[in-house]
Amino acid sequence: MAENLIGADIAPPDLHAKITGRARYAEDFRAEGMAFAKLLASPMPHARVRRVDVRAAEAMEGVLGILRASDLPGEAVPGQERALTDEPLYEGEPILAVAAVDETTAAAAVEAIKVELEPLPFVLDPLDSLRPDGPDARLDGNVRRGREVETLKWPEAVFQAAGPGKLPMGDPTSEWAVGDVEAGFAEADVIVEETVVHQSVTHHPMEPRSCMAYWQNGKLYLHGSTQSTERTRPSVARMLDMEAEDVVIVAEFCGGGFGSKISGAPIMAVPAALSRKIGRPVMLRITRYEENYIGRARAGLQGWARMGFRADGRMTALDLYLVQDSGPYGASDFLTAGMVATAAYQPETMRFRGVPVFTNTPPRSAQRAPGGAQIVAMLEPLVDKAARELDVDRLEIRKANAPGHDGWLGPNQTPFSSAYVREALDLGAELFGWSEKRQLSGRRRGAKVTGVGIGISPFTAGSTGRDGLLVVRPDGKLYVHQGIGNLGTHSIADTARAAAQVLDLAWDQVVVVWGDTSKHLPFSTVQAGSQTTHAHTRANHAAAHALADLLRELAATELGGAPGDYRVADGRVYRAGNPSAGMDFARAARRAIERGGKFSGEVLPPAASEDEDLHQVTKAAVAGLAGQGLVAAAKDTYPREGSTYSWVASFCEVELDVETGEVEIVDLASTADCGTVVHPRSLAAQTNGGVFQGIGMAKSQRWVFDPKWGIPFTKRFYTARPPGILDVPRSPRFAAVNLPDPQTPVGAKGIGEPPVGAGEAAYACAVADAMGGRCLCRTPLTSDMILAELEGRPRPYGVLDTHV
Amino acid sequence: MLEAGFIEARRGGFTRRKFIQGVIAAGATVSASGYLFRSGGLLAGPAAQGTVERLVTLQVNGQARRVDVLKQETLAMTLRYKLGLTGTKLGCDRAECGACTVLLDGVAHYGCSILTHSVRGRAVTTVEGLEQDGRLHPVQQAVLDEGGFQCAFCAPGFAMSMVAMLGKNPNPSREEAAELLAGNLCRCGDYDKILNTAMRAAELSRTRA
Repeated sequence: MAENLIGADIAPPDLHAKITGRARYAEDFRAEGMAFAKLLASPMPHARVRRVDVRAAEAMEGVLGILRASDLPGEAVPGQERALTDEPLYEGEPILAVAAVDETTAAAAVEAIKVELEPLPFVLDPLDSLRPDGPDARLDGNVRRGREVETLKWPEAVFQAAGPGKLPMGDPTSEWAVGDVEAGFAEADVIVEETVVHQSVTHHPMEPRSCMAYWQNGKLYLHGSTQSTERTRPSVARMLDMEAEDVVIVAEFCGGGFGSKISGAPIMAVPAALSRKIGRPVMLRITRYEENYIGRARAGLQGWARMGFRADGRMTALDLYLVQDSGPYGASDFLTAGMVATAAYQPETMRFRGVPVFTNTPPRSAQRAPGGAQIVAMLEPLVDKAARELDVDRLEIRKANAPGHDGWLGPNQTPFSSAYVREALDLGAELFGWSEKRQLSGRRRGAKVTGVGIGISPFTAGSTGRDGLLVVRPDGKLYVHQGIGNLGTHSIADTARAAAQVLDLAWDQVVVVWGDTSKHLPFSTVQAGSQTTHAHTRANHAAAHALADLLRELAATELGGAPGDYRVADGRVYRAGNPSAGMDFARAARRAIERGGKFSGEVLPPAASEDEDLHQVTKAAVAGLAGQGLVAAAKDTYPREGSTYSWVASFCEVELDVETGEVEIVDLASTADCGTVVHPRSLAAQTNGGVFQGIGMAKSQRWVFDPKWGIPFTKRFYTARPPGILDVPRSPRFAAVNLPDPQTPVGAKGIGEPPVGAGEAAYACAVADAMGGRCLCRTPLTSDMILAELEGRPRPYGVLDTHV
Repeated sequence: MLEAGFIEARRGGFTRRKFIQGVIAAGATVSASGYLFRSGGLLAGPAAQGTVERLVTLQVNGQARRVDVLKQETLAMTLRYKLGLTGTKLGCDRAECGACTVLLDGVAHYGCSILTHSVRGRAVTTVEGLEQDGRLHPVQQAVLDEGGFQCAFCAPGFAMSMVAMLGKNPNPSREEAAELLAGNLCRCGDYDKILNTAMRAAELSRTRA
């Protein structure tokens, strides 16, 4: 009997390379004759390129080629982002790229290029664009309704009615309801209402999206930084208007993505296209400064919420209006935010309205819990406000509204696969010592006032229907082929455990294959939305059962009897009750190769139905591996009803210095309902890290723009500082509910997203608590804002101001 | 893959004596272009006004390494692009993140913010130089023991800061370790495990010594 792998702390197999410096990230690769590229970026937030004079640059010695937007393969669709553009929609958007023998020459050539730009109207604040005479961020409109871009202006009366301190709420582009929200408010004993602003924030992974590309025999080889390996291939192929089979993605390591590198990055097209053009490998190194512009950001929200509660704390009504800062190309955070609000509070009635508005600020993309983190950080302090008015404990009000297994999600009231939210809250209260800590609320020692807060944060945590691919080779080892990427979550190894567990195989007999699409990788999920652990424990579980079936059939064919007479364990297939009658994996692999056919992947058994058929990508991978061992592939067809969600509860204690406005985090404890725990140490680390990222958004990272010129001021770490080691408690605590999700074989759900909102909300609630329950209702909550509030001075910024 | 060939060709003096042109055409170029370097060697561009590479000898990971450097070249660039030591990462190139931390005579420095010519005669240690006779340094072993780091782009820098930390304070408290490691940023926020690793590294160093 091999050890139980699910729930064990096993360091991932790539750690040795990471800590000896052998791990190669995108910028660590070299190729013979490698040239370097530099970007020419727009100095204006919105402009049209009138004329480009590249003559001086082209004449420079060492310049190898220039790539314009018009040189990019495929057709430009207005309003759809490409790597280069002749209508830049934000300051820093790449207009063209130069390749040269070295980076200095490329940079000098960029300086020598004359670009004539026609400035176009720009807008930074979504509300400005919705005003009757407000500017549009794009020539084709200012909002997206469904798939269409249109121009939406609200009448002046909408703004007049709202006044300066309340969100104007005109015609929305999206609207849904559950029940009758007015009837819900009629049921309420207490109603709270606030206008709340959540900022946009750049992802800033440690590794910028540098990328190196070359071509050989018509194939593109691309060394990039991506969250998902196999799924980056079609996205790169699309950008270059070529077949995915002709693209090889090498991405063994990814220095962080957080949603900004889900299937690579648009900028990958630049070295790829330049390399094809000049016939040499091209390295494009992205600087931290450039990363601020092209590195993606979380969408900001200006919102208004009205909540009704009965005396026992149950939420009877939630009325939510969100104006989203979509950046130039769009985002869907606001829609997700509405869904997540239902998963947090299960309001008896709810109305959701929202409008996504384009602005001339850097592009948005998913960022850990897109929409989800924002909405819980915005709403949790309001829940506290109601709890105070009702004199209900803040833990109890959350438990009163938390979903159980009969809970529901969104306007269609989709069921959850499981929901141990109250269990997570109780566990967190115990871990944190809530009943004692809440007594500290408002305690003053010198200039420091204590505040405590709780944040509950749900997010989607699993998808289904991906493929697993396993090979037992003649060395007797199990090779788990993973199309997923290696973005630091350890899921690359942890999801492989599901296969070993099914086969009852020791972990040292498992080899994980990943990070290079020429290694025959199966069809996988994109690594976003905390899908991976769920999707790929399932896929590898299914593939392991397919492999076990093949092993039993092979043993019966070789040794007599029926497949059902055989067992698989400890690297052997043997007759039940007679372990000596059987063969080890090494022999099975050799026999599979000799027999060929379905045993060695030369023939794929026909799928029972179309739903069970393997993806084309997996079939191609199996064909590539055929004859190398015992090959098994399977699609995850395990049933699942409804939606898979995980929840994190965070508890935070802060000390607010009333003389400086500084906030110190004294204690943090978090708990998660993410199903069965696969890798405890990694789970704790990922949760704590997400909590810290949330706190960074609430506390120190800022996205400040110059309203006059439309350019950002906070372009680097030091101006938008993510939490450092001294900014967070030295020993944050974590515990998992660790109850299996009944609708997935390993029982595990994802964890990437929910901690961010939990940390952010718990921090925001704790700060409000330290201020006697006054909620400033915005992120980031900087010390100048806190001080102004404490001292009764006017707020340094308007209630609705963004990018300050 | 091809890196070895790249370095071999340079050693063969293929283009090494070639003078190359000045790195910085104008102040504007610097501000507009982030990190810049002149690669020299095989990739060397056309000749040259102004700036000249000098052949200097550096002590890197216990070996004398002769390398052509520009006077404005940073140590991180030399290590990564001329000596093939890509374990030293560039996260910001402006002393904000610590991913490029290396040791100079045992003291942690940001490789992005020190000029290569200024480290002549000093012992430079990078993450590649931590293993001794095939044996992992206690800091590296501690990372494996504690399952440290997530994306790990910051890991080599943190490892170097931990080595420097142990040189300064072989028996740090968790709080002292945090202060000694405060010059490094981890965007995954893996600080809890990083401090566990630091404590474990101190323990391993004591038992090995």
